[in-house]
Amino acid sequence: MDLKTNLAQTFGRLLDIPEEVPRPKRYSLIRRNITILMLLITVLPLVLMALINYHQYQSALRDEIMAPLRVLVNKTKHSFELFLANRLATVKFIASAYSYSDLADEKKLNKIFRVLKQEIEGFIDLGLIDSNGVQVSYAGPYDLKGKNYSDQTWFHQVRVGGVYVSGVFMGHRAFPHVVIAVQHLTDSGQFWVVRATIDTKRFDQLIASMGLDPQSDGFLINREGVFQTASKLYGKVLDTFPEWVPPVSYEPAVFERLDSKGRAVLLAYAYFDNPDFILMVVKPKAQVLKAWYTLKSELLLVFVGSVLVIVLLVLRLTHLLVERLKASDERRELAYREIQHSHKLSSIGRLATGVAHEVNNPMAIINEKAGLMKDLIEFTPDFPDREKFLGLVRAITQSVERCRAITHRLLGFARRMDVEIEVLNLNEVIKETAGFLEKEALHRNIRLRLHLAEGLSRIASDRGQLQQVFLNILNNAFAAIKDGGLVSVATWEIDMDRVGVSFQDDGVGMSEDTLKHVFEPFFTTKKGTGTGLGLSITYGIVKRLGGDIQVQSKPGQGTRFAIFLPKKPIEGAGNSHA
Amino acid sequence: MRDWKVLLVDDEEEFVSTLAERLALRGVEVRVANNGKEALQKIEDDPPRVVVLDLMMPGLSGLEVLARIKRDYPAIEVILLTGMARSNEAGEGMRQGAFAYLMKPLSIEKLMEKIGEAMKQHTGKVD
Repeated sequence: MDLKTNLAQTFGRLLDIPEEVPRPKRYSLIRRNITILMLLITVLPLVLMALINYHQYQSALRDEIMAPLRVLVNKTKHSFELFLANRLATVKFIASAYSYSDLADEKKLNKIFRVLKQEIEGFIDLGLIDSNGVQVSYAGPYDLKGKNYSDQTWFHQVRVGGVYVSGVFMGHRAFPHVVIAVQHLTDSGQFWVVRATIDTKRFDQLIASMGLDPQSDGFLINREGVFQTASKLYGKVLDTFPEWVPPVSYEPAVFERLDSKGRAVLLAYAYFDNPDFILMVVKPKAQVLKAWYTLKSELLLVFVGSVLVIVLLVLRLTHLLVERLKASDERRELAYREIQHSHKLSSIGRLATGVAHEVNNPMAIINEKAGLMKDLIEFTPDFPDREKFLGLVRAITQSVERCRAITHRLLGFARRMDVEIEVLNLNEVIKETAGFLEKEALHRNIRLRLHLAEGLSRIASDRGQLQQVFLNILNNAFAAIKDGGLVSVATWEIDMDRVGVSFQDDGVGMSEDTLKHVFEPFFTTKKGTGTGLGLSITYGIVKRLGGDIQVQSKPGQGTRFAIFLPKKPIEGAGNSHA
Repeated sequence: MRDWKVLLVDDEEEFVSTLAERLALRGVEVRVANNGKEALQKIEDDPPRVVVLDLMMPGLSGLEVLARIKRDYPAIEVILLTGMARSNEAGEGMRQGAFAYLMKPLSIEKLMEKIGEAMKQHTGKVD
């Protein structure tokens, strides 16, 4: 639960960017946080999956590699046990098959020994020891007759266990051998011991038959860690195994260790039931797990590669996203400012209208009073101080005239807010509007040509709004052309009801795609500077005035705007007062 | 004396009375009304040839008065006065058949000129 809320909080904090953070810092914050989030949700599962796969592969592969090692150890252990059991059975058979007197007779014993050596490989000697531990008879290369074994451990062990197989030792003979002793009990409770020695050549053969590669090693040790066979790497027979003696396990087991030479090795072993041998196989790990290491490095390569790709993608995506966000923020702000501006203008307009109206009424009264005074003075034949009074009245009338000019100017400003129909000469409006751009045209060496139809019908329309429309289109044309370019404006009669105005430039032109959206609000090609409102406002005005607007353009071949205006206003309109 | 019968309608009494006096000095037969209702009453009593009508009045508005005049006395010509603040109303008035509209403050000469034109128009209609 705690973890959950913690996580939720952390993620929440990443996504929640306070509004009051200043702009540039805000975007870098957004960028950073989105990057972190995206990396988290993409790389984290990948890492988890890679780890899980890694472990699964590792264990699967390890099993695959270790299984044959176990089998090998098990098989060889069985061979050893079979060999020893076989030799033990032979000695047991001799002990049971022959009587004490037969075995005590050296001649007979020699005969038995000869057959034994002939038939079964590895026997070095054979002897009979009586219950006092004295060698009664002996067949073999050494003179051991009469030797007393009663104080030796093995003798006691054979008396207790009935059977004894010794570890490897050098003994009198200076080469490794193993002693097998079997006790025989007679029915009368007497006993004797048959003792045979076998050499360990067979051990070496068995180990060689494992077919180990040169870097690997196989050998026997006993539970004290003393070598029972020679090891290629760790020591001779009866040296002490420098490594550790593994825990008891009669089933083959595998351990990973660092050996005394610092190599990482796999150590496979199995304990024998009897005698206390341990069969060991040591293989260098690097070699065994070669396949695994190759796989691991490939896995790592794929992992690092994909993480790199993800990081690059995330960075790129975040960059794009934040740039988009920034651009749309900026555009929104511009549009907002534009709207605010027009709101402000229209409020000012309304205020101005109100003031002008309120001032107009008393002004009208003053005007009439002064007018009446003037009339009275003029109509009275010998008015005293006539000239002086007339001068005073004129001063009043002139002041009223000044006020009137002021209120008219105010009203003129307000008029731009609403459609204000008057009968006007379209050519004049165009000339006026072009006048605004004369300076820029001169500066940029732009030829602005007016082909205005003479005697064009006067139309009823809104002067201010038309000016705005023409100015918008001319501004766009100026933006589209290079210095020294050409813009031509033409007017013509279309029919009884309509006149036309066209604006042709030789600028960059527009693609078909741009053309489709050209009148849509907030569509702009002037990245950063345009609001995308100009032409949509233009379109709105032309429609409101009952007209129509068309655009033709091809990239590189300039643009032509054509506006068709009705001669009579759509809802009808008044006479001009001016 | 010219045979010019004119009714002046405006809620500003000072304005309308002064203007009436000035017109009278110029030989116009002027009557005055301070609101729409009074104006309609006076027209009913004795129809003038021209009505000079302020558009902005409390009660019955200029446009309403205009509409009734045009309905009941189509021959009477109406000159509208406006503070111009709502020139849409002036346009509307023109559409409803007003003869002309003038901005306040007025010039007496211009008013006389328009009244003169309206008289001619009226005479034409009556004849």
